[in-house]
Amino acid sequence: MSEASDNNPSAEEARPRSHGLVAGKMLLLACAMFGFGYLMVPLYDIICDITGLNGKTGRVSVSEVAEASAVAEDREIIVEFTASINQSGSWIFQPDVKTMTVKPGTLYHASYYAENLSNSAVVAQATPSVTPFAAAKYFNKTECFCFTRQAFEPRGSMHMPLTFIIDPDIPVNIDRVTLSYTFFRSPEQS
Amino acid sequence: MSTSDVTHHTPGEQHDHHDDHDHHGPAPGLMRWVTTTNHKDIGTLYLWFSLLMFFIGGAMALVIRAELFQPGIQIVDPMFFNSMTTLHAIVMIFGVVMPAFVGLANWMIPMMIGAPDMAMPRLNNWSFWIMPFAFTIMLSTLFMDSGGPAGGWTLYPPLVLQMGDSFAFVIFAIHFLGISSVMGAINIVATIFNMRAPGMTFMKMPMFVWTWLITAYLLIATLPVFAGAVTMLLTDRYFGTSFFSAAGGGDPVMFQHIFWFFGHPEVYILILPAFGIVSSIIPTFARKQLFGYDSMVYATASIAFLSFIVWAHHMFTTGMPLAGELFFMFSTMMISVPTGVKVFNWVATMWRGAMTFETPMLFSIGFVIMFTIGGLSGLMLAITPADIQYHDTYFVVAHFHYVLVPGAIYSLMAATYYWLPKWTGNMYDEKLGKMHFWISTIFVNVLFFPMHFVGLAGMPRRIPDYSLQFADWNMIATIGAFGFGFSQLMFVYIIVKCVKGGEKATDEVWEGARGLEWTVASPAPYHTFETAPVINPDTVTR
Repeated sequence: MSEASDNNPSAEEARPRSHGLVAGKMLLLACAMFGFGYLMVPLYDIICDITGLNGKTGRVSVSEVAEASAVAEDREIIVEFTASINQSGSWIFQPDVKTMTVKPGTLYHASYYAENLSNSAVVAQATPSVTPFAAAKYFNKTECFCFTRQAFEPRGSMHMPLTFIIDPDIPVNIDRVTLSYTFFRSPEQS
Repeated sequence: MSTSDVTHHTPGEQHDHHDDHDHHGPAPGLMRWVTTTNHKDIGTLYLWFSLLMFFIGGAMALVIRAELFQPGIQIVDPMFFNSMTTLHAIVMIFGVVMPAFVGLANWMIPMMIGAPDMAMPRLNNWSFWIMPFAFTIMLSTLFMDSGGPAGGWTLYPPLVLQMGDSFAFVIFAIHFLGISSVMGAINIVATIFNMRAPGMTFMKMPMFVWTWLITAYLLIATLPVFAGAVTMLLTDRYFGTSFFSAAGGGDPVMFQHIFWFFGHPEVYILILPAFGIVSSIIPTFARKQLFGYDSMVYATASIAFLSFIVWAHHMFTTGMPLAGELFFMFSTMMISVPTGVKVFNWVATMWRGAMTFETPMLFSIGFVIMFTIGGLSGLMLAITPADIQYHDTYFVVAHFHYVLVPGAIYSLMAATYYWLPKWTGNMYDEKLGKMHFWISTIFVNVLFFPMHFVGLAGMPRRIPDYSLQFADWNMIATIGAFGFGFSQLMFVYIIVKCVKGGEKATDEVWEGARGLEWTVASPAPYHTFETAPVINPDTVTR
C-alpha cells in the first residue's frame, strides 16, 4: 500500500494504473494462502512433535538411549497400557501386561497382542497417545509396532513388541502415565 | 490529510456533466441482468439475491425454532433438524451477509471514491452469477436420498466424512462460493487502489471503503485456506488420503486448526463492513463529522491483524496445553481494545450532535447497543476456564446471533434504508420503516436474550430435544423467532413500495449527508463519474 503516502493528485493522475498488476498480486496471495493451508499439515506435526502436544510420543535411537545413561533410581512411575479398536473391525487387541512400574532412564520392553478375526488378510495401523500430555515428550520409544503398518494373515495373530524409555527429566509431579493405542484398519484396505 | 491542494468547484458542475450521459441506459429485457457489467446492476443483483436467501435461511431457522418450541421430537426428524442447523448457517453466512456486503460494495464504493465502475466489470458479472448456481447445488442436497449436510457448518471430521453422497455437492458448492468471493474481493482491492478520483487519498476515503478494503484482504487471505481444508476432506473421503484420519497418521483436531484459521477472520469479514456502514450513517444523523476517523482506520486494521492469531479460542476444550490456552485467551481479549475504540468513537460522534432518528439511524443505534451486548458475551467466552463450561451451549448461540443479527443484519437494514432513496429516487415510507425497526428490535431480543439463560444453565446447541427445565425459555425464544421472521415481510413490503414510487428524493437525500454519492442525482444515473469528480473537502464524508 505504497500509495497511502501519495497525497498529490496530479502525480496520481499521471501514474499508469494496471488492474492486472493489482489483481495478479492478489491472485498470487490467494494461491499462496491455498498452499499455506496445506503447509499447516506438516507444520502441525512438527509443532506436535516438538511440544509433545496431542500426546504424540517421541522416537529415539538406541545410541541416544546409551548416551542418556543417568537413571533416576529414586523415582518410580507406573505405566498403564490400554488398547482400543476403531471402527467395526473384527479384532482382538490387548496389552500383554496391563501395568508396569518403571524407573526413568531405563529401557523396558512390553508387547501387545493382536488377532485378526476375519477371513481376509488385512493391514493395520496403531496410533499411540500418552496422557497426561505433559508426559508425552518425555516418553520415548526406540522400537514400536506403531512405527510401521502391520500385515495380518486371515485369522492371523501376533505379539507386537514395544521398547520404551522415560526421560529422567520428566516432571516430578507425574507418577502415572497411560499409554493408549488405537488400532485401525489401514485405509488402503477399505 | 492536506486538503490545500484540492481545487474547489461547486457540486452543480458535476450534475450538469452527468446528465449528458443519461442516454447510455441499460439494455432492455431480462438479458440486461445476465450480461450486465454495470456496477449498479450487479450490486442490485447481489442485494436481491441476498434478500431471497435471507428468507430461505430464515425459514430454516423457523423450522429449528418450531422443533424447539417444546421438549421432545414433534415436527422434524433429528437428521433433518441437523441439516437445518447446518444449512441455516451456510446460507446466512455465504448467501446473505457476504453477498449483501459485496452488493453494497458494488453499488457504493465506485460512487464513494468517484470511479466510473469497478476495476474489472466482466469479472464482477462472473463473481455474481457463480453464486446462484453454487446455492442451487448446495440446496439441492436437501432433495437427495442422503439428505442435506448435517454435520454442522464447521464440517468437522470424522462426522462430516460419514455424510451421504451429498457431501461432494456441498464441498463443490463451497469451492464455488469461495471462488466467487475471492474474485469479488480482488475486484474491490483493484478498484480502491486504482480507481480513486484524483485527490481521494487513502486517508480521505469514507470508512465504508476502508473497512471493505481490509475485509477484501481478509477474504483473499483466508478463503483459500478454507478451500484447502475442504479439499483435504474431499480427498480423505474419495481419494484415500488421510489428512484427518488417525488410521493413516492424520489428526481430526488438525482440521479444527485449519478451519478456524479461516473461520475466525471470517467472522470479521461478516462485521467489518457493518462497522463501515454504521460509521457512515451515524455522522449523517448526528450532523457531526465522524469522531476519530484515523483511530477508526487503525482500529479496523488492528482487528484484522488480531483476527489471525486468536483462532484456537474456538477449541479450548480440545485439550490444549496451558500456554496455548493463555495465549489465545489474552489475544482474544485484546480484540476488545480496537473494538472498544470503535464503539466509543460512535458514541462520541453522537455526543452533543443534532441527532434525528430516521430509520437508518435507529438501526445504527440498535447496532451499536446490541452489537456491544454480543461483544461482551464474546469476552466472557474468551475466558478459558469459563469457556469450558459455556462451550457448545446456547450461550455461544446467543453470543454469535447477537453480533450477527442485531449486528451485521441490522447494519444491512440500516444501509438499505440509508441508500434506498439514492438507488430508487424515491423516499421509503418512514412510518413503516420505524415500525419495522421497533417490531424487529423487540422480537430479536425476545428471540435471542433467553438463549443466554438456557445456555448458562447448560442447554447444548445443535440438538433437537432438550431437558424439561429449559422448556419455558425455549418457548419464549420460539415466539420471538416467529415474530422476528414475519416482521421481515414488512422490510420487503417497504422496499417494493419504495421501488414502485413515493415521495421524490432530493440529490442530497439526508440533511447532514456528506460524501460523493450524495452529489449525483437521485436515482443515481446508470453511469456516474465517467469524468473524475473534483474532491471538495465539504463533500468528503470523513
